Amino acid sequence: MCTTCGCEEHVHEHEHEHEHAHARTVRVEEDILSKNDAYAAENRRWLAARGVFALNLVSSPGAGKTTLLVKTIQALADRLPVAVIEGDQQTSIDAERIRASGAPAIQINTGKGCHLDAHMVGHAMADLAPARGALVMIENVGNLVCPADFDLGEAHKVVILSVTEGEDKPLKYPNMFRASDLMIVHKTDLLPYVSFDVDKCIGYARRANPGIEVLQLSSVSGEGLEPWLAWLERGVEAARL
Amino acid sequence: MHEMALAESVLGIVEDTARRERASRVRAVRLEIGRLANVEIEAMRFCFDVVTRGSVADSARLEIEETPGAGWCMRCAATVTIDSAVDACPRCGGYQVAVTDGTAMRVRELELE
Repeated sequence: MCTTCGCEEHVHEHEHEHEHAHARTVRVEEDILSKNDAYAAENRRWLAARGVFALNLVSSPGAGKTTLLVKTIQALADRLPVAVIEGDQQTSIDAERIRASGAPAIQINTGKGCHLDAHMVGHAMADLAPARGALVMIENVGNLVCPADFDLGEAHKVVILSVTEGEDKPLKYPNMFRASDLMIVHKTDLLPYVSFDVDKCIGYARRANPGIEVLQLSSVSGEGLEPWLAWLERGVEAARL
Repeated sequence: MHEMALAESVLGIVEDTARRERASRVRAVRLEIGRLANVEIEAMRFCFDVVTRGSVADSARLEIEETPGAGWCMRCAATVTIDSAVDACPRCGGYQVAVTDGTAMRVRELELE
């Protein structure tokens, strides 16, 4: 029997009223992504306890995330331990490329999912078991929309934009540039062959996020790689404290 | 589609709440979506209808309250209203505006029976 209105007696006489009396409003006030955010907070604690510096690398498909990772791993080989979590809808091609470059890697296949979430990444981190004080790079699914909303527990999102894309991407996908702390303008070796205005691009990124840091580099020529490695090492140092 | 993942998260919260409240049916779901959130309202409505089919919230009414966007203009040292994260400050026309509000994506309340 309904305890709020005691309606059991008149249920057959006034069916409409009965239904009405049963309807009630319940306050929820819960963030749509609260479950993900709780997992992300757990990941962040787990990483902090191990002094691990974790980054969430985001970009459109084809911006060169995996190539950048391979170059970074090779360049850091004697400097610090690096581990990688690879996110793609299908295949383990990227994780194999990373392992071939000398770093442990775990592949997450999201199937139809368009982004990594904190729950998947938590499991992957436990399986990966990075060394204390390591750098963990999480390569998200190539997509400038969804991954912006999903906190994985990382220290920073790093957005990679290649010069073969339009310089107006930050205006088209402002949320991703707002969510990121660093933008890497990638494939700068191709600048002589494309009409990509780097200054305009940086200006657009700063409209979305006035505080975003910017680095320009080419994984092919190696130009600009050293400031990126220094940025990573500063982050690793800070996470170890 | 991005809104599909969000709609699934909404359904998760709705189902948990309905179970806790021992509700037999969800009549309405009220969301707050900020103007600067990564959500296309019409896509959200479509995805909500798809993911709730056959659930406790089947054919529930989806009510969406859109809240305005706000940012802090560093040049004006003032809070201003903006419609997108790349909008210029409506007072000085500058782009030194950091988003401060309007990114919420919340389940506010449910109507249960």
